[in-house]
Amino acid sequence: MNSPALLINNLTKVYSNGHKALHGINLEIPHGDFFALLGPNGAGKSTTIGIITSLIKKTEGDIQIYGIDIDKNFVEAKTYIGLVPQEINFNTFEPINEILTNQAGYYGVTRDEAIPESEKLLKKLGLWDKRFHFSRKLSGGMQRRLMVARALIHKPKLLILDEPTAGADVEVRRLMWDYLKFLNENGTTIILTTHYLEEAENLCKNIAIIDDGKILRNSSMRNFLNELKSENLILYTENPLKNDFSVEGLDINIIDENTCEVSISVDSSINFLIEELSKKGVKVKSLKNKTSRLEELFIRMVDKNGK
Amino acid sequence: MENNFSLQIIAYNTIVRKEVLRFSRIWKQTLIPPVITNILYFIIFGNLIGERIGQINSFTYTDFIFPGLLLMSVITHSYTNTVSSLYISKYHRYIEELLVSPIQNYTILAGFITGGVIRGLAVGVVVILAAQFFVNFTVHSIILMLIVILLSSTLFSMCGFLNGLFANDWDDINVIPTFIMTPLTYLGGIFFSISMLPEVWQDIALVNPILYLINALRYSMLGITDVSIIFAFFIILIFNIFIFALCMYFLSIGKGLRT
Repeated sequence: MNSPALLINNLTKVYSNGHKALHGINLEIPHGDFFALLGPNGAGKSTTIGIITSLIKKTEGDIQIYGIDIDKNFVEAKTYIGLVPQEINFNTFEPINEILTNQAGYYGVTRDEAIPESEKLLKKLGLWDKRFHFSRKLSGGMQRRLMVARALIHKPKLLILDEPTAGADVEVRRLMWDYLKFLNENGTTIILTTHYLEEAENLCKNIAIIDDGKILRNSSMRNFLNELKSENLILYTENPLKNDFSVEGLDINIIDENTCEVSISVDSSINFLIEELSKKGVKVKSLKNKTSRLEELFIRMVDKNGK
Repeated sequence: MENNFSLQIIAYNTIVRKEVLRFSRIWKQTLIPPVITNILYFIIFGNLIGERIGQINSFTYTDFIFPGLLLMSVITHSYTNTVSSLYISKYHRYIEELLVSPIQNYTILAGFITGGVIRGLAVGVVVILAAQFFVNFTVHSIILMLIVILLSSTLFSMCGFLNGLFANDWDDINVIPTFIMTPLTYLGGIFFSISMLPEVWQDIALVNPILYLINALRYSMLGITDVSIIFAFFIILIFNIFIFALCMYFLSIGKGLRT
């Protein structure tokens, strides 16, 4: 498995209305990676995924899937890819088991082979009881899980998820996270785009941030998060805070009489913060991060890029 | 190469199965209406009006119009099957299941066409069964009859596919059947022999490709035709090749499917 799972060279897309969605981007995603492709709306994430999966025609550039150029041998290259698109796109008049076996057929998997695989996936994703139901009868969370099952029915080596948990409740998201982790640990390379940055922070090993069709940053998640110099915490206090409450060396913003936001350097310890507040007679009941660390960095980076 | 071949065969079978299941599930909408429509034609045009017209080329009027009615049912349903299936899959975006998969364009086209042909043939069979109560069913050449029906339904399945590629809304899938297919079919000699027309109209009628389909089928069933049967087959083949090439071209540039 020497070739990267995905190699993108100088990928450019200019739409027929003249809009340049991608400005010659380059990406290399190794086999076994769990990769986050993040960016604001209209940044070029879906265009990139659309080109990889051939829903969108590229203007320029090369794409290789496990060393296979999609222009030269798209049949073999595509057998490696499984796609979970952003929008629900089933035939809503087809039973769930048919959706899976048909999808398998499009990848050259016979019905005899697809039926046991479909059973395995539906059981794993909690849809087995619904296998004879039409997909339109499923709840939003179940439809999201069915999208994942459909993308996996031909056992792809590279799974691309375009906002797979959009609109899903917490329980479904947790279930999906666990399952995606399981898949990745068992050798499936995963590319994830999501607006839930906490999701990317928890799951992904590497990250690229794209904006205005350009890759702004491409690094490991750990290195990226280490760039955060300060973080914002929300503190809930036992005793009321006065509007002019302040502590030297800390940037404090009073939200209400028992809540404040504190910005501290990532080098400072939480103990220091608690002690300083304690000296002023403030007892902290609980605290939490205002946003995830990744979200903080993401917003700063995109803001810097002129958003 | 061998892997690719078996992949395309499995994918083709999957598309065909899916298409056949699609129209079979809604058989009340797909198989019953043509039976009712044709029975009405037999009663009104064949028995009530036909008796006053008398015989044409020594066949009763009902027998004379039957090949045309059969062909009209077959081609209309082949067309409708493909255009509606393709357009609905675009509308609900599940066409993307096919587009992201390793299926070649020719396999997608062949799958959709076969689905349309099978529906056309299924409609043909139920119409023939219904006709047993009204017409004296005769076959001049069963092989010719099968070839004409297969080529005609293939041609109109492909036309439906083209329409589906270009369709952007529900109106678009009705424009061609309403404003082009139906007039050409009715003017193509279902209810009359072109020898009954004034000379100028006979010449104009020869431009209508559906005239050749109807006459080829009428020849295969009754042994009579208004046009040269060789020329009719030539026209049918040319149109099949031309529309096939158009479909492949528009698929290759992703018309209506890829951005």
